[in-house]
Amino acid sequence: MTATEHRRAPVSEPPGRARPTRRRRSPKPIQVQFRTIVSPHQLNSRWGRRIYWLVLIAVIVVFTLAFVFPLYWMITGAMKTPEEIAEMPPSLVPADPTLEAFFEAWDLFDIGTLLANTAYYALGAWLFSMAVDVTAAYALSKLRPMFGNVILGAMLATLMIPPMVILIPLYVTIVDLGLLNNAWGLWFPAAANGFNIFLLKRFFDSIPRELIEAAQIDGAGPLRVLWSVVLPVSRPILGVVSIFTIVTAFKDFVLPLLVMTDSEKMTISVGLSQTAGAVTQNQIMGGLVIASIPMIIVFFVFQRHIMAGLTAGSIKG
Amino acid sequence: MGILRRNLTAYGFLCAALICFTVFAWYPMVREFILSFQKTDLINPPTWVGLDNFKAAVQDPAFGEAWLNTVEFTLLALLCGYAVPFVVALVLNELRHARAYLRFVVYLPVMLPPIVAVLLFRWFYDPGPGLFNQVLDFFHLPPLAWLDSSSTALISLVLVSTWMNMGSATLIYLAALQNIPPELYEAAELDGAGILKRIRHVTIPQTRLILLLMLMLQIVATMQVFIEPYMLTGGGPENATVSVAYLMYQFAFSQMNYGQAGALGMLLMLALLVFAAFQLRTTREDRA
Repeated sequence: MTATEHRRAPVSEPPGRARPTRRRRSPKPIQVQFRTIVSPHQLNSRWGRRIYWLVLIAVIVVFTLAFVFPLYWMITGAMKTPEEIAEMPPSLVPADPTLEAFFEAWDLFDIGTLLANTAYYALGAWLFSMAVDVTAAYALSKLRPMFGNVILGAMLATLMIPPMVILIPLYVTIVDLGLLNNAWGLWFPAAANGFNIFLLKRFFDSIPRELIEAAQIDGAGPLRVLWSVVLPVSRPILGVVSIFTIVTAFKDFVLPLLVMTDSEKMTISVGLSQTAGAVTQNQIMGGLVIASIPMIIVFFVFQRHIMAGLTAGSIKG
Repeated sequence: MGILRRNLTAYGFLCAALICFTVFAWYPMVREFILSFQKTDLINPPTWVGLDNFKAAVQDPAFGEAWLNTVEFTLLALLCGYAVPFVVALVLNELRHARAYLRFVVYLPVMLPPIVAVLLFRWFYDPGPGLFNQVLDFFHLPPLAWLDSSSTALISLVLVSTWMNMGSATLIYLAALQNIPPELYEAAELDGAGILKRIRHVTIPQTRLILLLMLMLQIVATMQVFIEPYMLTGGGPENATVSVAYLMYQFAFSQMNYGQAGALGMLLMLALLVFAAFQLRTTREDRA
């Protein structure tokens, strides 16, 4: 890396003339921090560099078109009038941008209620499943009861069962327990999450014994150890698990579709799906934009945790 | 602290989870089995019907089509949702600029609620003012019927599904690629291996486990495809997009025949068990 860098480095720069803005730039070598398939030498060869920039620009353009443009289209679609949105060919920029559709969508879909419901279910699912999963993972990791491994295995086995396959019996169970249109009908199933328990247990396993024994010698009981020793050092994994639980609860569609059938109690996803046929296109788009905002905000704020969690998930198996 | 006391405390901590798992995960699995031999509409008391539910499910006119579609959907989704993210990750890993932006953007659709992606694409697929036909028109290409023709409907569903899901696969591959020791590439280069050979002899063997694992996960995930046919096509046109999961939903909630839905669920579970077993084996190897 250093060799290639030096070879290309300063090209005839007269000393003392520090006018960086006007300086004609010689092609800068591409910095390489880590070695990948293409070697730094190849990358910084004459053609390597040209191909690199070509590919880079192509990837940026294609990615922006494929992943950002649909969102742009959704937002601008919501800002068009019903006439303009039906126009052919469509306009790239709304001729007369208006926020009307957002307000109409808000009223038509009753988005205030839907969002409040969704937030309530997501927060409850988070609180309840954290309480259940953390205590379970702690017991399995640190208290090591008899048959602990069997229980853990049985919990992990549920990950192998595709959710759609047990959807019907799960629904029947929820009906039997009288939990239809009851938030517990979503919170209980959310807490039975083998993946959370696995991630938490694996992290708790890595907490040194001495730390816990020291607390025990000071007379702390199991609950105290969990609260004052284990939880504080587990903040990173708790963050990851929390975000994933909330995001999953917010995005979930099928179970809320079956469990929350009262229009008063629906989640935002279900509410939008039920009314989408009866309103104009720009109003639908307005509703979709509003429904996306919470998750986009979460993504902006917790980006790093989400990426970290994804990688933790990949090693999980 | 005696063994008994230690166990009692441990089970005290475990009891909430045990109740949740028993009632909402383990029991439904057993219930599926029971359900598939019963006739029930959840109002009248269930009656035992032997294998009738399985017979009725298999004889349903959409049964064969649903399995064919699901397999076809899975294969297409593997092509788009499994192979493409790997290639994308390979390219992204080589890029030295705009990495954060590209990673952010590719994961953006994953964050959206699926209903948003699905309704957005429903509008794109609109045969009239829909974006896709307008783009085709711009390039002077003939318009497509997208969701309205049995030849394009299934691939249209795969496109939505890929768009909203490929971000996580891409990032997982990217993480795996970054774990490959650079010395291996250097050694391969010294041995005179070109770029394609380095991919073949270093990259792929080094990411083999992740590749296998993702294959299983993808198959299991796409075999359950539901929201796309439910929202976009309702299984049509002419059953061209009926998936097994969607048919199951129809048995239960359109025909109020939960037993028959349970029977179909059992069949799907059996089909997926094969892959689950594979997955388990791959994971074992991973840990060893």
